[in-house]
Amino acid sequence: MNEDPVDALVATAPDGIDFDGLRVEERDGYTFETPADAASGLAAAALREAATGDPYVGNWYFWHAVAPQTDARWTFLRWLEGAEEQPVAERYDALDDGLATEWGQLRVTVSLDGPAGRRYELRHVDDAGTSADELDGYEDPLDARELAKHDDDGDYRPLKTAPSLQTGWRFPSLAAADVVEAVHAFYPATVQNWHREREGELDVDHWRETVDRQTGIYGVVRTWDRGEGHEHVNWVAEACCDDSQCLKRREWEYDDETELDVAGGDGEFPCREPCSLVIAAARQWTKLEGEQSETYEFELTPSEKEQVEAVIDAVADGRADDIREADVYDGANRYRTRFLRAKLFDDDGNLAGVETDN
Amino acid sequence: MDQALVIAAHGSHLNAESSTPTFSHADTIRATGAFSEVRESFWKEEPHFREALRTVDAEEVYLVPLFISEGYFTEQVIPREFRLDDWDPALWDSDGTSADSATLTADDTGQTVHYCGPVGTHDSMSDVIVQRAKSVTDDPDVGDGFGLAVVGHGTERNENSAKAIEYHADRIAKMDRFDEVAALFMDEDPEVDDVTDFFGSETHSASGRSHGRRPCEDIVVVPLFIADGYHTQEDIPEDMGLCEDYRDGWGVPETVDDRRIWYAGAVGTEPLMADVVLERAADAGADVRAAIEQVRGETDDASAAGD
Ligand code: SF4
Repeated sequence: MNEDPVDALVATAPDGIDFDGLRVEERDGYTFETPADAASGLAAAALREAATGDPYVGNWYFWHAVAPQTDARWTFLRWLEGAEEQPVAERYDALDDGLATEWGQLRVTVSLDGPAGRRYELRHVDDAGTSADELDGYEDPLDARELAKHDDDGDYRPLKTAPSLQTGWRFPSLAAADVVEAVHAFYPATVQNWHREREGELDVDHWRETVDRQTGIYGVVRTWDRGEGHEHVNWVAEACCDDSQCLKRREWEYDDETELDVAGGDGEFPCREPCSLVIAAARQWTKLEGEQSETYEFELTPSEKEQVEAVIDAVADGRADDIREADVYDGANRYRTRFLRAKLFDDDGNLAGVETDN
Repeated sequence: MDQALVIAAHGSHLNAESSTPTFSHADTIRATGAFSEVRESFWKEEPHFREALRTVDAEEVYLVPLFISEGYFTEQVIPREFRLDDWDPALWDSDGTSADSATLTADDTGQTVHYCGPVGTHDSMSDVIVQRAKSVTDDPDVGDGFGLAVVGHGTERNENSAKAIEYHADRIAKMDRFDEVAALFMDEDPEVDDVTDFFGSETHSASGRSHGRRPCEDIVVVPLFIADGYHTQEDIPEDMGLCEDYRDGWGVPETVDDRRIWYAGAVGTEPLMADVVLERAADAGADVRAAIEQVRGETDDASAAGD
């Protein structure tokens, strides 16, 4: 790794090099070709001279001696700088200014560190325009584990890919291997699953398979699937897997023949099976959905009915905390909701004084 | 050939601190350089058990459950979720506290996985419990004049969970370090609620381990749990009468029935736990002897520095 790129090039030349526009061969002297330059019959010294400082050589060296070599990591880092689409010359121009890409709520900016090196800056997408000195700096990619734990309100984030990543931090200068580690800490296994998907090897476990596998307290979820219907799983996906709740793109369906009727989302990285949070919630829904409907009679004014809908919407969209204190025009406003409770609930908390049938 | 370590822990959807001991033991082991990679994985968090192996580059993996007892999680959930398809609990040939390791192939990645018994039933766990007593009393010689209670769940959910508690209580009693040692439980007799009854009172020698000496004025209570959470930070302190309401907190020590109770919190947070993880891997064939020396040295230093 600490080898000089030109030494490495000369040492590899007998095997031939053909990578990102760079071609080197040893046949009747050396051939050295890039889109900008072509020479053959070179002596070793001339090859060295041609190669020294050449971005194509630096690029080749970075991808073979510096970047992590396992397929998923390598491919991810290539993707970050658009290496499969952008020729080296244009790419290096872009990298000179820093080339930014998004991965979930992460903004990764790749820059050159000499012709054969890269540095990676990592921050929250919402901090794209924030000046660096307003962000807390981190060096150790493992610190991302702690940052990933809580949202901006300090609440615990049980789902790593929920779109609630906290802001206010940055990793100013990570090496190639470390940026992949940091991404793994924020969004575990997303790089590997994204890569498997690109290779056509993503091992998706659909709802039925995942539920059938459960044992212990989660075994009960199996009993929620009855007959042909899968509407309940549509509701689960709409509740939990929507892009507003989770940045993974849901690739699992009801089973391998039955697609769900809700969209999987537009996330960059796939979700290959219902996660533990979804299974835990499904356990609760299995119990609740075992109940039979009852008929209740309430009297509500039209505005009250709409207000109940507004309250449900506000909670479901996580908007309740954002409604301004004096915004009494919003049905989910706290005063409006307290008024509704004062008017409609009896002392035991029953809506319109109607008892719940148990 | 590269060897990797994967730690499998429970994690939590509700408690942010559940993963903290897992991270810190992983960091301790990472720092030894004994493994090419050290990865944490969880049942309720991510990286999930299901997807941990694919993030590991090494072909050879030591998989150590950060669980207290052998049973449902170690025998069913972990092997299933890690896709160790040829797993059979008989491979451990365990009586409930004597699991060793089994070598299997992960179905999705093809990696060779040395699946180890849980940390909680390894013999060296007894040392961690003693170390926990040293840490909480800030006394490297703690023992004389002290009682030690090892606390766990009862058998309600898992018969082996009580076995692990009793196993270590017996081993520590044989060290002859503490005046008395008792195994106590949260939801069955002998119950932790009556902790002071079990130390140095002839009429209440329910533990059967009373030496008939003067009553212990000091009792160290070590819950055999991996992480602090609802049980160790709310239930047990309230049950023992350390406080009326856990939110009020308690002193260490706290006086209950004229005894001083030194409540240690979850044993799993003790830095020496990293050693047990390494011991498990070593027993399964990992080349980590130097790392074990280093971790034992560091965690001893840490306790000495605190004296
Ligand atoms: S199951 Fe749904 S909520 Fe869970 S990770 Fe996948 S897409 Fe996200």
